[in-house]
Amino acid sequence: MRRGTAIARTGTRRPPLAGRILRSAALGLGATVAIPLGVLFSVWATPQTEVWAHLAVTVLPTLARNTLALLAGVAAGTAILGCGLAWLTARCEFPGRRWLDVALMLPLALPAYVLAFVVQGALDASGPLQLALRQAFGPAAPSLEVRGTAWVVVILSLAFYPYVYLLARQAFLGLGRGTLEAARLLGLGPWGTFFRVALPAARPAIVAGLSLALMETLADFGAVSVLGYDTFTTAIYKAWFGLFNLAAAAQLASLLLLVVALALLAERRLRGRARFHETARGAPPPRLALAGALGWLVAGLASTVVAVAFALPVLQLLTWVLATASVELDSRYLDLLWHTLLLGGSAAFVTVSGALIVSLARRQFADLPTRAAVGLSALGYALPGSVLAVGVMMCFAAVDNGLNALWQSAGGQRLGPVLGGSIAALLLAYLVRFLAVAAGPTGSALERLRPSTIEAARSLGTRGGDLARRVYLPLLRPGLLTAALLVLIEVMKEMPATLLLRPFGWDTLAVRVFEFTSEGDWRRAALPAVTLVLAGLPPVAWLARRSALQAHGD
Amino acid sequence: MPPRPARRLVLLLAVLLGFPASLLAAEVVVYSARNEQLIKPLFDAYTKETGVAVRFATDKEGPLLARLQAEGENTQADMLITVDAGNLWQAAETGVLRPVDSPVLRANIPASLRDPGDRWFGLSVRARALVYSPERVKPQELVSYEDLASPKWKGRLCLRTSKKVYNQSLVAMLIARHGEPKTEEIVKGWVANLATEPQASDNQVMEAIDAGKCDVGVVNTYYYGRLLEEKPGLKVRLAWPDKAGAGVHVNVSGAGITRHAKQPAEAQKLLEWLSSPKAQGLFAGLNLEFPANPAVPADAKVAAWGPYKADPANVADAGRLQKQAVMLMDRAGYR
Repeated sequence: MRRGTAIARTGTRRPPLAGRILRSAALGLGATVAIPLGVLFSVWATPQTEVWAHLAVTVLPTLARNTLALLAGVAAGTAILGCGLAWLTARCEFPGRRWLDVALMLPLALPAYVLAFVVQGALDASGPLQLALRQAFGPAAPSLEVRGTAWVVVILSLAFYPYVYLLARQAFLGLGRGTLEAARLLGLGPWGTFFRVALPAARPAIVAGLSLALMETLADFGAVSVLGYDTFTTAIYKAWFGLFNLAAAAQLASLLLLVVALALLAERRLRGRARFHETARGAPPPRLALAGALGWLVAGLASTVVAVAFALPVLQLLTWVLATASVELDSRYLDLLWHTLLLGGSAAFVTVSGALIVSLARRQFADLPTRAAVGLSALGYALPGSVLAVGVMMCFAAVDNGLNALWQSAGGQRLGPVLGGSIAALLLAYLVRFLAVAAGPTGSALERLRPSTIEAARSLGTRGGDLARRVYLPLLRPGLLTAALLVLIEVMKEMPATLLLRPFGWDTLAVRVFEFTSEGDWRRAALPAVTLVLAGLPPVAWLARRSALQAHGD
Repeated sequence: MPPRPARRLVLLLAVLLGFPASLLAAEVVVYSARNEQLIKPLFDAYTKETGVAVRFATDKEGPLLARLQAEGENTQADMLITVDAGNLWQAAETGVLRPVDSPVLRANIPASLRDPGDRWFGLSVRARALVYSPERVKPQELVSYEDLASPKWKGRLCLRTSKKVYNQSLVAMLIARHGEPKTEEIVKGWVANLATEPQASDNQVMEAIDAGKCDVGVVNTYYYGRLLEEKPGLKVRLAWPDKAGAGVHVNVSGAGITRHAKQPAEAQKLLEWLSSPKAQGLFAGLNLEFPANPAVPADAKVAAWGPYKADPANVADAGRLQKQAVMLMDRAGYR
């Protein structure tokens, strides 16, 4: 039994009880995500040929082109920004590094559509920039329009690079002194170390960050609507709201899902049998000092990113807040804030626990059902939010209807909704949607854990809860904290599931933002949006500090 | 009957999990696609007047309708409030609304603003009007929606995206008037006249006119009123189209009572109250819309835009033809 892990892998004997519980829990989580997705796939039973034929000849070719261009652009943009900045803040020293390290995470707290709206408002024909140009040069002044592929790519890259940054940073911080010294001894300069050692070693983290950024891009509806850009997701909503055809919308969405599933599978295959263990021990390796002009240049670049992706939009929101706060601000904001934080915090706990279970199971078991469950659990994030929310809602409604029928057949009165509109259902919906978000950092942290560390602990007689508490948790803590932070921020910003599944009266800040933006009233939406951002700041700052400290076991 | 402890356990679970309507005192539960800031003041006034509480959940129309369908007879919702006749028509079509036989509602709401089958009733009217640059366009040049397809507007027209339901129902109404082939020609004419790619919002259309990028556009009047409050110096004016023709395209926000309402009588009282002169002034005034009840004068700011002739066709047509309209706009290349 002591060597249970190894035995389970070869599958020659029954795994120990703890392992079996772990495996069942992972299978259960996979099923939890799979059921709502299955509900969406079930619509293929009634093919919507008319809608499909129409879309195929009119808009699909453009949409496919747009979506692919967007994915390629955002992949490049977030990879360059995310990895580059993470390397600079994690392994180099330059003026202002300590606060830029944290500040670069802040754009996470700002929903992409807010960034899109503010950037467009500032640069468009009626914005201050072009107004000034026209006053100076008359009608001959140069004009630009914030739309088209390039602009969408720039804005989404600025909004989503923190996913890559956060995960890559964690991986770079975890690089051991030994690894980096070996690279130097082999004659690699700073660039060589970055490209040939750091990037390959951080691959699981970077891939996890990139897939989050790309899934978010695929599912984005808010920002692309603001920028007037047509993607696959806008077509999904068109089929649903314009053609009143939820079935066709679900079919389009399930295609999207299939593409994501294949892409994730392909990456796993390509990664093959490579392993990424790394143990950071002892003193952290020295940082590369960027002296003089170079240091200031780097500081300037990083500050510009923070300014454009975060500071300027927040300033714009604040000017709107000043104009509307007297009407808007009331005691309800305390309730909104409390609901937002409570839901975010509980969801972070539930979801990260789920992700840990899934990641541990993936590490220990290689059988098909487990792998399928692990793969499925990552798919909830790829769907447009409203579509997934409706899938989850349908499941809850089906359960409720079943319970009611059962109860009534037993002679009871109608129960009404049991799951529907409950906190439990809402947390479950967040779990389905954000398991992928939590699994990224959790999984990549686990991959970097040397099996020999665990074996050593076992051979010293540590096992069971003790092993988890004294070995796994401390080593995984930076990854788990990153996961919790991401889920917290995501849930705080989340709209569609919160709107559809929240109990009566459980409004959050994001719900308030929705109430105003859906009628185009951006000025009044500024107060809840700013409150949302401010509420996200303390956890971001705190977790950034802690994860930086603990990457080296304190 | 199941044994008592089991019953108690289930009840306890039910309380922990949700708050079933059956456990609570009489009140009306509303699903609303009209935003909180536009309905809550009304509900508060109603509760103050009658003592009946109103609980509501807001969301977009699509998810709310899907929720009503999925919940079926176990839904808590007594009433559905939504914007746009297309959505009301679709709700009635999917069978989640029940017919309401109310002389009060029939008297208060004109026939063209309610479902022919009495399953939903318009509560406020949204008019889609023309906006133009007073510097570059003479008001008498503005004739009708159809006229915006004429070559004289080449490179001077701004439109909001065809994904917005307001434009979908506008085109649906044109289909009702002219049939599909003629409407497709009109829409193709619009697309040919566009000064820039379609805009994301009605506000952007007006701001583009203000900035000199185009000369004429189509917007809902309350957006115009709101933007004017925000930017009093806006160089954009409003004009009513079709003064001599078929009339201005109007849409409604409205409400119906759900098929599986637990409190249908209470819900009907609320619905009737919402159509009453007192509530109508509030309802439309909150968003600079027009009251659906013709006995109620519009808000002073709204009345200042002058009288207009509304298209007398039933707004339900817009819902019936919306799908056709969306497909037509795709074919015409109107993004």
